[in-house]
Amino acid sequence: METLKVTEDKSAKQKSMRVTGAEAIIHCLLAEGVDLIYGYPGGAIMPVYDELYKFQDKLTHILTRHEQGATHAAQGYARVSGKVGVAMATSGPGATNLVTGLADAQIDSTPMVCITGQVPRHLLGSDAFQETDIVGISTPVTKWNYQITKASEIPEILAKAFYIARSGRPGPVLVDITKNAQFDEIDFTYEKCTGVRSYTPVSEPDENAISAAAELINSAKKPMIVFGQGVILGEAEEELKRLVEKAGIPAAWTIMGLSAMDTEHPLNVGMVGMHGNYGPNVLTNECDLLVAIGMRFDDRVTGSLDTYAKQAKVIHFEIDPAEINKNVKADVAVLGDCKASLKLLLPKVKENSHEAWKAEFDKKYQEEFEAVIKNDIHPTKPGLTMGEVIEGINIASDQKAVVVTDVGQHQMIGCRYAKFRQSKSNITSGGLGTMGFALPAAIGAKMGAPERPVVAIIGDGGYQMTIQELGVIFQHNVGVKIVVLNNNHLGMVRQWQELFFDKRYASTVMTNPDFVKIAEGYHIKSNRIEERKDLEAGIKEMMEYDGPYFLEVVVEQEDNVFPMIPSGASVSDIRLK
Amino acid sequence: MENQWFTISVYSENSVGLLNRISGIFLKRHINIESLNVSKSEIENVSKFTIVVFTTEDWTRKIVQQIEKQIEVIKAFYHTDDEIIYQESAIFKIDSDLLFDERQIQNIIKEHNATIVTVARDFFVLAKTGRRNEIDEMHDAFEPFGILQFVRSGRISVSKETMPISNLLEEFQLNN
Ligand SMILES: Cc1ncc(C[n+]2csc(CCOP(=O)(O)OP(=O)(O)O)c2C)c(N)n1
Repeated sequence: METLKVTEDKSAKQKSMRVTGAEAIIHCLLAEGVDLIYGYPGGAIMPVYDELYKFQDKLTHILTRHEQGATHAAQGYARVSGKVGVAMATSGPGATNLVTGLADAQIDSTPMVCITGQVPRHLLGSDAFQETDIVGISTPVTKWNYQITKASEIPEILAKAFYIARSGRPGPVLVDITKNAQFDEIDFTYEKCTGVRSYTPVSEPDENAISAAAELINSAKKPMIVFGQGVILGEAEEELKRLVEKAGIPAAWTIMGLSAMDTEHPLNVGMVGMHGNYGPNVLTNECDLLVAIGMRFDDRVTGSLDTYAKQAKVIHFEIDPAEINKNVKADVAVLGDCKASLKLLLPKVKENSHEAWKAEFDKKYQEEFEAVIKNDIHPTKPGLTMGEVIEGINIASDQKAVVVTDVGQHQMIGCRYAKFRQSKSNITSGGLGTMGFALPAAIGAKMGAPERPVVAIIGDGGYQMTIQELGVIFQHNVGVKIVVLNNNHLGMVRQWQELFFDKRYASTVMTNPDFVKIAEGYHIKSNRIEERKDLEAGIKEMMEYDGPYFLEVVVEQEDNVFPMIPSGASVSDIRLK
Repeated sequence: MENQWFTISVYSENSVGLLNRISGIFLKRHINIESLNVSKSEIENVSKFTIVVFTTEDWTRKIVQQIEKQIEVIKAFYHTDDEIIYQESAIFKIDSDLLFDERQIQNIIKEHNATIVTVARDFFVLAKTGRRNEIDEMHDAFEPFGILQFVRSGRISVSKETMPISNLLEEFQLNN
């Protein structure tokens, strides 16, 4: 095992030092390279906060206005930077407020470590003030969790927590630490964790599987690639691009894979899934080979499994053995890190092109353009559309922004139309669909990539779920651009009510506050746009403004997002209207 | 696919929260655990869960993949009944009067190879170890006479094929 000498840290006098558990926690975080954490204090975590106060020159703590915000900020930070995000909370309600973020990070494979305080060991199980069984509660939504009751466990368990969170298929880890363990003293040394005997994070690529995959690719007439977030997490963007170009295979992305490949690459054929593009969805059921890379065949991607790609051979590049044959049976499963596997695959793949096949995607794109896209991004009707706002941001940001979306119609429009040239640029709550994600995640994204413009696209509904995080933006002058696309409805639910519930708009109409005044209350520069003539200049002003900026765009109240695969339908039955 | 009996064997670290994690995997999929046994295994400091389910092979395979994914699980296997040697145990508490009043009772005890654990003034206790259906048969034989208390243990089993856990652990030692 590699021994990380704590002596590197100036505060430490020798290799082993006598410290309280609380101080030990700080040294562990520093040894893991953490310099920023999000959290909220309270009784059971106060000893740690006291140490955070002493170490504030080395470790910045951002007080979010709700613990959920701390988790999403940590997620946003992790997703743009590839590092582990850290969130901290007190016991009881502080801990339970983390649950949504844990679930979100679990389903979207985001590396995160959450540290919670817990009542002292002798009070465990006594229904003490602010005691909750957060280990029990968080078990189904964490990759691993553990309750520390002795100070001596702190270094080893935190080392393990970071190792587990970031290795293999990443995920959230929760470490609950009783208050006595924070107070007690230990002789502190730190060793980074390099392995856990019961856990195999990544399998070695299997040459036979890779050869079999190459053979299928080389003999396919109508191959298609679908790539997911695995490419981003595995940093395999370059290998993906080389495969696409060498074998001439049209490639489509899942919502979590967006930005792994330049959106304007000629072989990038768009998004698969419920509100994805027409071509890649329909042609999933016409290809002869489906190459899935770092994606998990979520039901929002596949629609009805009974009619999904039945005609095609399937190759599945996947790091998590539990995903193999879970939803879609793979003819060839290539287990392991997709970067390593693709590297081995590339020399075995023949140079090729599939022009006639690619032309089918282009033809379908034209159909979709006429039926949907044209009206979304170049509308002629008076009301503003979400699509033209996204397009405006593409232009004003030169496609270089990190785009953070919340959940709903604006998310689908954002992911359909945002253009990216750089990976790790699309931050959204894909698997859980957590409204309220975007504002705090954008804070984390901006702090994780301070040199990049970060634009949050949020609905008027989701915005009000975590609106209090404006406090963080104001207090720390976090330069995020907040765009609320206000349709005065819970738009996506309203759309379903319109299409599938005979327009019975049960609880989806909202009377909204003056959002501009609220932002102004936080001293955030703000603006509202209601007419097309003001849009371009308004977006430009926002993008050029140095600092946080709030922009409300009043959009059509009853626009729908198309194309759409009705839930449970086949990808071939995607509707253009 | 048809429902079948499957025995899942899980080798794991001996950790407090793992039972909760594993049972959650079944809960989430509405799959009933028919029997559960946790004990030490042939390897020092390695625990073994033996879990019996009645479901399809497809579900069983997916569950085993999910179990194996848990950090503290070393390896999980699943087997059909003919791929394992298994036993379950049961204890019956029966009214002592029956022993003297009903002549067949003694025959039932003999026929089923049950062991008399204790005989008290008011009740006697029988133990039976065997396959599930053997215990069911003995239970059915006593039922008409009345059973005061009945309990059956979780299944324990060993597989005919090897479950090479020691190799896995050694490999880890070598690589780390
Ligand atoms: C926390 C949470 N609650 C409920 C939902 C269900 N839901 C999905 S989209 C949506 C409407 C979102 O409305 P809004 O934020 O205004 O965005 P729009 O769809 O109008 O763009 C709702 C309620 C959810 N995804 N998350």
